[in-house]
Amino acid sequence: MSWSLRDGLRDSLVAAAPYGGPIALLREPQRRSPSSRPQLEIYSASGGTVASFPWKSGPVVQLGWTVSDELLCIQEDGTVLIYDLFGSFKRHFSMGQEVVQSQVMEAKVFHSPYGTGIAIVTSSSRFTLATNIDDLKLRRLPEVPGLQGKPSCWVVLTQDRQTKVLLSNGPELFILDNTSCTVVCPPGLSPQDGNIVHMSVSFSYKYLALLTDSGHLWTGLSTLQEKLSDVDTKKTMAPKQMLWCRRPKSQQPSVVLMWDRLLLVVGVCNETIQYPIEDPCVLVGEMDGVRIISSSNQELLQEVPLVCQDIFKIASMAPGALLLEAHREYEKSSQKADEYLREIKEQSMLGEAVRQCVEAAGHEYDTNTQKSLMRAASFGKCFLTDFSPDQFVTTCRELRVLNAVRDSSVGLPLTHTQFKQLTLQVLIDRLVYRQFYPLAIEVCRYLKIPDYQGVSRVLKHWASCKVQQKDLTDDAIARAVCMKVGDSPGVSYSDIAAKAYECGRAELAIKLLDFEARSGEQVPLLLKMKRSQLALSKAVESGDTDLVYTVVSYLKNEMNRGDFFMTLRNQPVALSLYRQFCKLQEQETLKDLYNQDDDHQELANYYVTASYREKRLEGRLSLLQSAVDEYNKAKNEFAVKTTEDEMRLLRFQRKLDDEKGAGLLGLSLQVTMETLLSLGLHKQAEQLYKDFRVPDKRYWWLKLKSLAEKEEWDELEKFSKSKKSPIGYLAFVEVCIKCNNKYEAKKYVSKVTPEQKVKAHLAVGDLEGAADAAIERRNEAEIGAVLSRCSASNSLVIERLNQARAAIAKK
Amino acid sequence: MAHSARRDSPELPDFSILKRLARDQLIYLLEQLPGKKDLFIEADLMSPLDRIANVSTLKQHEVDKLYKVEHKPVISTSDQLCFLIRPRIQTVKWICDVVNTDKVPGKSRRYKIIFTPQKFYACEAVLEEQGIFGDVSIDEWPFYLLPLDDDIISLELPEFFQDNFLAGDQRWVRTAGSALHLLYSLYGPFSKVYGIGRCSKMAYESWREQVEEGEQKARQAEIGNVFLIDRDVDFVTPLCSQIVYEGLVDDIFRIKCGCVEFGPDVTASDKSVKVMLNSHDKVFSEIRNEHFSHVFGFLSQKARNLQTAYDKRQGMDIKQMKTFVSEELKGLKQEHRLLSLHIGASESIMKKKTKQDFQELLKTEHLLLEGFEIRECISYIEEHINRQVSMIESLRLLCLLSITENGLLPKDYRSLKAQYLQSYGVDHLLTFSNLRQLGLLVEQQPGETLTVMESKVGKLVNDKTAGKLTDAFSSLAKKSNFRALSRKLNLVPKTDEEYDLRVPRDMAYIFSGAYIPLSCKLIEQVLERDGWTGLEEVTRLLNGHEFAVTGSSGVDSRGKNDTQRIILVMFLGGCTYSEISALRFLGREKGYKFIVVTTAITNSSRLLEALLDNHV
Repeated sequence: MSWSLRDGLRDSLVAAAPYGGPIALLREPQRRSPSSRPQLEIYSASGGTVASFPWKSGPVVQLGWTVSDELLCIQEDGTVLIYDLFGSFKRHFSMGQEVVQSQVMEAKVFHSPYGTGIAIVTSSSRFTLATNIDDLKLRRLPEVPGLQGKPSCWVVLTQDRQTKVLLSNGPELFILDNTSCTVVCPPGLSPQDGNIVHMSVSFSYKYLALLTDSGHLWTGLSTLQEKLSDVDTKKTMAPKQMLWCRRPKSQQPSVVLMWDRLLLVVGVCNETIQYPIEDPCVLVGEMDGVRIISSSNQELLQEVPLVCQDIFKIASMAPGALLLEAHREYEKSSQKADEYLREIKEQSMLGEAVRQCVEAAGHEYDTNTQKSLMRAASFGKCFLTDFSPDQFVTTCRELRVLNAVRDSSVGLPLTHTQFKQLTLQVLIDRLVYRQFYPLAIEVCRYLKIPDYQGVSRVLKHWASCKVQQKDLTDDAIARAVCMKVGDSPGVSYSDIAAKAYECGRAELAIKLLDFEARSGEQVPLLLKMKRSQLALSKAVESGDTDLVYTVVSYLKNEMNRGDFFMTLRNQPVALSLYRQFCKLQEQETLKDLYNQDDDHQELANYYVTASYREKRLEGRLSLLQSAVDEYNKAKNEFAVKTTEDEMRLLRFQRKLDDEKGAGLLGLSLQVTMETLLSLGLHKQAEQLYKDFRVPDKRYWWLKLKSLAEKEEWDELEKFSKSKKSPIGYLAFVEVCIKCNNKYEAKKYVSKVTPEQKVKAHLAVGDLEGAADAAIERRNEAEIGAVLSRCSASNSLVIERLNQARAAIAKK
Repeated sequence: MAHSARRDSPELPDFSILKRLARDQLIYLLEQLPGKKDLFIEADLMSPLDRIANVSTLKQHEVDKLYKVEHKPVISTSDQLCFLIRPRIQTVKWICDVVNTDKVPGKSRRYKIIFTPQKFYACEAVLEEQGIFGDVSIDEWPFYLLPLDDDIISLELPEFFQDNFLAGDQRWVRTAGSALHLLYSLYGPFSKVYGIGRCSKMAYESWREQVEEGEQKARQAEIGNVFLIDRDVDFVTPLCSQIVYEGLVDDIFRIKCGCVEFGPDVTASDKSVKVMLNSHDKVFSEIRNEHFSHVFGFLSQKARNLQTAYDKRQGMDIKQMKTFVSEELKGLKQEHRLLSLHIGASESIMKKKTKQDFQELLKTEHLLLEGFEIRECISYIEEHINRQVSMIESLRLLCLLSITENGLLPKDYRSLKAQYLQSYGVDHLLTFSNLRQLGLLVEQQPGETLTVMESKVGKLVNDKTAGKLTDAFSSLAKKSNFRALSRKLNLVPKTDEEYDLRVPRDMAYIFSGAYIPLSCKLIEQVLERDGWTGLEEVTRLLNGHEFAVTGSSGVDSRGKNDTQRIILVMFLGGCTYSEISALRFLGREKGYKFIVVTTAITNSSRLLEALLDNHV
């Protein structure tokens, strides 16, 4: 152990976590003078100092470690303070109001599949349980009849997904669960054996050991259904600690008892082994043994694994032992190697031998032994065909990793069995948690763990830790992070940035966010950091409109209207998105938006649109007037004029509607005139024609059609003579024909210009006239057109046309 | 069609898998709401849905009654309502009303909104604002692509056009990217991607992002190259009257989701008939790409052939008759029915289109495209407006005039606009404002100062930071440059020689030989040159934003030449049937197979109707 403890482990509250976990030490917790504060020290399993600080809170009853290596300090008043491995305070919680008055007498920290739990017993002899401190649910257990003060001893059991407390009061044994308290009687333990003074439950909660004041040690299943053995230790003094020492598939489950100067191992076979100890020690239960920590060193007491026994037992003839021997001889270039080998091979146990050596190597701590076993295995492997090398290779790799973490500078003394149980993922997490980043990365690379789960994860932790370093400038950190992390898959810069922001380094967070490739990840954090402008431009860059919209709606709530509009103005994409939304949802906002931008054109358009929704004429006119004003500002003279015209038209329509009930309001100029004409209101139509400077052509067409449709032929004729038709007279012919009045149509044929004569004649069906016209004009195409309309009955005409055509052709 | 088609055209990939995928996804979503439920469907989703899952499929999955989503109280008595809608704020508001109405008497039902193809945050915000966010469950049905035919896939998102190009709302860009990604993951990897237009570029980037996020599986590519094109690159083509049969049918009868409803005037009975128009229709598949002028000839030939087939039975004995009836007759009957429908349709088209006016209309269009006798054209348009022939047609001609002439002279601009407003009402002032914003109908700027500024800015524009500048200028600088483009790309074939429409020389046949569609010409040129090199001047005139990227898997493209000749063309903002016909022609000529993916099938009327300011 690399620590140097002044007073050894005496008078200290010590807690060490299993799986080679850290050790916490609180000196003289009971000393209550306010002047001298006890020192809380945290060491790695190898005794390296991790943290040390004076304990400022109340008196501590118990220390303990959670499964995720957090330190729990349970105070007398029931408050539990949680510190991380480096001694920084994380949070606290209380074990209940009732505890505050009655004080915690004893507390135990226990681990179950649900996480880390705490059980306390108060001075009023009541137990309170919390099965998982991360999801705190306090359970106050029922009262134990006849119990005064604290029980003589107790343990927490986890069975059948239930957490119970087993306690003894004198010779009586109780099981306390959520609802009841039952007296139990373990088979084979009679009350005559005395009061139960100590009890211990195994790592797996499967076995229970009870020690009575007469020195009887009863072992059995924790269900209390079956007894394993009953040993008389002949010690009447209560031991300081009593722990199970066994391993999975244990051959010799045993219990370790510790007194001040003695360590006693009691097996099921009634035999005991005694070890004298000099220093005060602390026992730590592991899944495959017991760690013994003293002020100077640390030892692991465990049952020797079966394979190791087989190989190293004196005069062992197990195949593994023979193979090891064979290899040893081989190294010495002795022919005995062959003899040993033959012997194994004769029993065809070579495969088994190799397996034994490999397995044993895994269990060994000493690197030289590991090496010789692995060499032997490799030697034996040479004589085997189709033997899968997987186990050999994995063990080699795992051993390298284990040896590396067992190094005292790292201080994770894990056995192979523990490692297997812990899994590699957790090991890497623990390395990361202890900030051994380079080692963690090396391990990941060495074991070829996919980047996503391996190196990237480590880098992420590293970066999150890096950003908390207060002594470096933002730039330096950003650069360092970027250089190391690069674009490793699975490392999210936004997560790192979020961490930086949490630590109050907003500038650094922004710098880090710049490295983030996915805008979707940048934006939420930027918003959280109130960098809304930046968030908006990042969102726009991403091309994801949903993201833009998220920011916009956030800004809308956060900013005052003016700033909000100004921000939008700089982001056309966001602006048009918001406009779209407003068009459907908030018309008024739209107006404000245009107003802000001095976008008079759009504002005017807005008023025009609004005017259509307005039913009342006055409202409509005033909206249109606003539109006119805006168009004026936008210098859109054309629109001004048209809108004014529209207003004029509306007033006119209203007047006529009132006077004649014409139902004109809202119609277009054209339709208005049409309606007027069809109603026979020629004068009014004429007025519109003049007022609105309707082109002559349009008016003529309109009137022509309208008169023809109403079959007012006299009126039409009068109209045709009113002045020279701007649309020609062919139109008159065609319109009359359309209204099936050939007679009227013919009237206008003569007025048609020479170029259109043929068409006009054809339109009224006058083939001869058409032929005459065509021949007169000597136009081949027209002659052709007439010919195509001729049928056999018009032979005379055909002949004439053909002649004419021939005549033209001649020339 | 008698032409020298290359016979080695590669096979098209099977797109029916897209339908199956969409159907399975929908069924899964419906099953998420167990028990009987009423399904409310957005009106314009009805036809696409019908192509994916018919009523009986829906009924199988416990859909009780089907309704259209409308803004009126629901009469459904079911206690589970499921809404299948596009992510539109308007529709979501309607649903909010439904839920809030139910709340008043304390009626409790389960509501589920399925947005397709995706939901938008804005929609959720509306739900939240109306306080019903917790009352409804929300799902997305990623139904991006609907195969309309073997070679046409549509996103069925007509609003893509106005949202993206008019309102500048880029929300659909990601959808387009996702649609491309879906095609990529099913039929990719693509070896090359070309594109032109701002939106194309963004869609491309959005797609790349999705590719990088997802994992890539090695697969046999079924699509070689991809071409993305924005609708605003070429507005001329969709504004021209369509003369190819399929385009004409669309212009006149409006093909909806690959299906057309022929009215009584076509069917010669008193009923309307709904007909699916795709390659399974034997008659249609032969005439869809033909110039209308000889569709009739073809149909009558076909009728004669049919008669001969029928006549065969004259000299048959009983046994032959039996096989004839069992094997051939059904096919013949079917063909007969289709033939009579198409003849009916053609007649109806003839009635509408072969009149004098149509010829004159086409003549005017062609003059505009060629740039001759513009004054006559203007007076033709004037008369068109004055006589109130058609609101949309007049607008179309005005736009065509403006684009081909690079804007109207201020005097003409004013007088034409004034006359149009007199004809159709002042509310079209807003329509004109929209058209101006899109650059479809603009006033010529005095002097060419703008061009100078524009080219200066253009240099900056490649930079990302200058994106804002482009936005500011794009409304000003939307110049069509059509005349220059037409010269550069030789879009208008020389008029001195007769164009034989029976034996088309080039893609111009779809417009009677008067004009090669710009969009298709660009695609042809880029594929020929394998990129934009040599087209620098053209892209400058088109305002840039072109790109050509070789895919990561371009290495192993050798050897499987067939795939290389399958080209996916994606129109962002819609494409016309004429363009599809032109591409089919190009494919036959060069041995390509084109797959057209479009946000929606469009034509001149749809395009312009989208821009009318219908005051909501």
